[in-house]
This record gives sequence, structure tokens and C-alpha cells, in this order.
Amino acid sequence: MAANPMTQFEVYRIGPEIKIGTFDISFTNASLFMVISSLAILIIFNLGSKKNSILPNKIQLLAELSYSFVSKMISDTAGSKAKPYFSFIFSLFMFVLFCNMFGMIPYTFTVTSHIIVTFVLASFIFIGVTVIGFIKHGFGYLKLFVPSGVPVILLPLIVVIEIISYLSRPISLSVRLFANMMAGHTMMKVFGGFVISLGIVGGWLPLSFSVALTGLEILVAFLQAYVFAILTCIYLNDALNLHH
Amino acid sequence: MIKKIFFQSIFFNFFFLKEVFAAESGGMPQLNPEFWISQIFWLTLTFGILYIVLSKLILPKISANLELRKSQIQDNIEAAEKQRKDSESKLKEYDNIIFKSKLEAKNIFKDSREKVIKDINNKKENLENQINEEIKKAEQEIEVVKKSAPEKINKIAIEASSELVKKLIGAEINNSSISAIVDDLSKKNGDKYYGN
Repeated sequence: MAANPMTQFEVYRIGPEIKIGTFDISFTNASLFMVISSLAILIIFNLGSKKNSILPNKIQLLAELSYSFVSKMISDTAGSKAKPYFSFIFSLFMFVLFCNMFGMIPYTFTVTSHIIVTFVLASFIFIGVTVIGFIKHGFGYLKLFVPSGVPVILLPLIVVIEIISYLSRPISLSVRLFANMMAGHTMMKVFGGFVISLGIVGGWLPLSFSVALTGLEILVAFLQAYVFAILTCIYLNDALNLHH
Repeated sequence: MIKKIFFQSIFFNFFFLKEVFAAESGGMPQLNPEFWISQIFWLTLTFGILYIVLSKLILPKISANLELRKSQIQDNIEAAEKQRKDSESKLKEYDNIIFKSKLEAKNIFKDSREKVIKDINNKKENLENQINEEIKKAEQEIEVVKKSAPEKINKIAIEASSELVKKLIGAEINNSSISAIVDDLSKKNGDKYYGN
């Protein structure tokens, strides 16, 4: 009968147990899909950058369009100062996008549907952005929490709110991606279960839902990767161009 | 009947789903920390390698490709622009040449026309002059002939009348008397005989 919709998120060991000290770093299905996504990105972009012809072939066009897409995204949101961080944001966007997209293939594992993965990415971004902000502006970076043009009476409240919102950035960033991916995949699984349980008579309705949801989920997979990258750009913008 | 089964199955399915969720134990696998360290480790490893390879090897190449294409396209556009300007200036030159040659041809045509007209006029004048002269000459000759004609006629008349008188009368008459008569007659009827 219909399987538990959450079993698709279960992590299991592939191969032997590897331990460093007390830490278990065994190769799991999650690791497998991280490796697959990274390899797919590297292969596609390596092929896309190998030959340089004036009239690009399809894969070169794909690589160059992605490059200019991310480049435009960064320059639109964070300005020209964010250029040194281009490769990081590009890898981040591509990694999240490919993990999301590989998750859309049936019987695969969605790396980004795990809170720990997205939280590590988000906290790395958060720490990195904070460090960049302090390096660029020194303690002047704390002015980020004191918006200009606010009445003095409201200032303590505003500063508290700003600090909370700043500290909750990694949480909101990670939970957004994780929850979107998990909810979408769970919903698809549930509708898939309906198809089986309603059988040939009533299964058509959830099946059509499932088909529609697949399209929606592909859109969400792209959109969440985009949102993840663009929020990173916005945080970076705060750190680079302090104008609060 | 089929409708009933359909709705029943939908209805009962929810109960069934509840059972499914109830059967699940442990909730979300995401919150199970068993493989968190492993996931963090592999994420750092794969993402780190991805970042290093992309930033050191692949992205500079793509960027260089894009720049190269941009500059090449720019160069081509510039070359095309230059050629366009060149061709425009050539066209202008060509137009100028045509204009000049047209003007020249017009001038030549005008000059030659004037020349020809002049020539014709000169020749015409010359001819007219000649004709006039000849007419004058002829008129003078006619005049001379006209003037000399009555004398001759008178002479002939005198000779003829003296002959006639000799034959008719057999006597010789003085020529002077005859010529007096003839002169008298010709003066009287001169107009009748010689026109004008």
C-alpha cells in the first residue's frame, strides 16, 4: 500500500562505515547525490567552456547563459563590488539548483530537503557575510542595526528588531529552501499514494494533480535556488555597501 | 453505483491516510541526527571541490570566452562601421565626379553649340554679303545695258530707215536728218518702247 511519504527523505549508508574519531562520515545516499550534482555541474560547464567558437553550440550557450544570468543577478543586487564573490555565488546557485533538480527524478534523493545541509550552507553564508562586513567597515558595520531617519524613542525597539532579523537570516534562509523542497516532495508522494489507493476508478484525479505538481515542483526547484542565491547577494550587498 | 464507489473510496482514503501517518514513527528523517556529521562532511567536501574547480578552472575560461566574443563582435562592428564610412565617402566622391563630368559635358555642349551658331551666322553673313554684292553688280550691269540700249536701237533705227529710204526712193538722205527724226520719236515714245 501507499508508502510513508517521509521515507524518501531517509538517509542510509552506502558501503562501509567510515569514522574519523567519534564522527561518522560514512558515504550515504545524500553524499552520493551531492557528488552526482557536483560532477554534473563540472562536466556540463567544463564541456561548455572547452571550445570557444563565435557561434556557440548548445552546451556552450547553456554555460554562457548561466554565467551571464548569475553575473547579471549579482551586479543588479549587490553592485560591482560583489565581483570577487561571483564564483562562490555561482557555485552556490548551481549546486542548489542541481540538487533540487536531481531530486525531481523519481527514486532519487533530494539533498536540499535536509535542514542540516541548507543550514550549513546558510550559516556559512551568514558567517562569511558578517566577516566581510566587519572587514570592510570595521565596527561601523554595526550601523546596519541603526537605520537612519528613525525617531529616537523608537530606536531601541528598532535596533532590537534589526538584530533579531539579522540573526534569523541563516534560519530563514535554510528553512525556506528545506521546507519548500520537503513539502513539495511530500505532497507529490501523497498524491502518488492516492493514485494507488483509489485505483483505476478514482486515481485519475490525483494523477492529474501529480502531473501538475511535477511541473510546479520543477518551477519551485529553480525558484528556490534563485531565491537562495539572490538572498545571498542581498546579504552581501548589506555587507559591501552599507547604506541603511 | 460507480459514483458511489468513487466517493466512498475518496472518503475512506482519508481514513486510510490517517492510518498511514499514524503508522509512521520517528517523524521527519531530517531531524534524525545520525547522519548529520556525514552530511556536513560530504557537503563541505563536494561543495568545496565544486567551488575550487569552478572558480579556478572553468569560470575564468567562460569569462574569457565571453570577453573574447564581445571584443570580436565589437571589432567586427567597428570594421563594418569603418567600411560603411569608407563606402559612403567613395559614393560621395563618385557622385562628385559624376556631377563634375555632367557639368563639363554641359559646358562642352554649350561651347560647341555657340561655336557652331557663330560659324553659321558668320557664313550666313558672308554669303549674304556676297549675294548682295553680286546683286549690286548685276544691277549695275543691267543699268549699263539699259543706258546703252536706246543708243544702239537708235543707230539700228537710223541705219534701217536710211536703207528703207534708199530702197523706196532711191535717194540718199543725210544720216543726220534721219537721226534727228529718230531721236525726236524716241524721246516722244521712249517710255513705250523701253518699259520702266
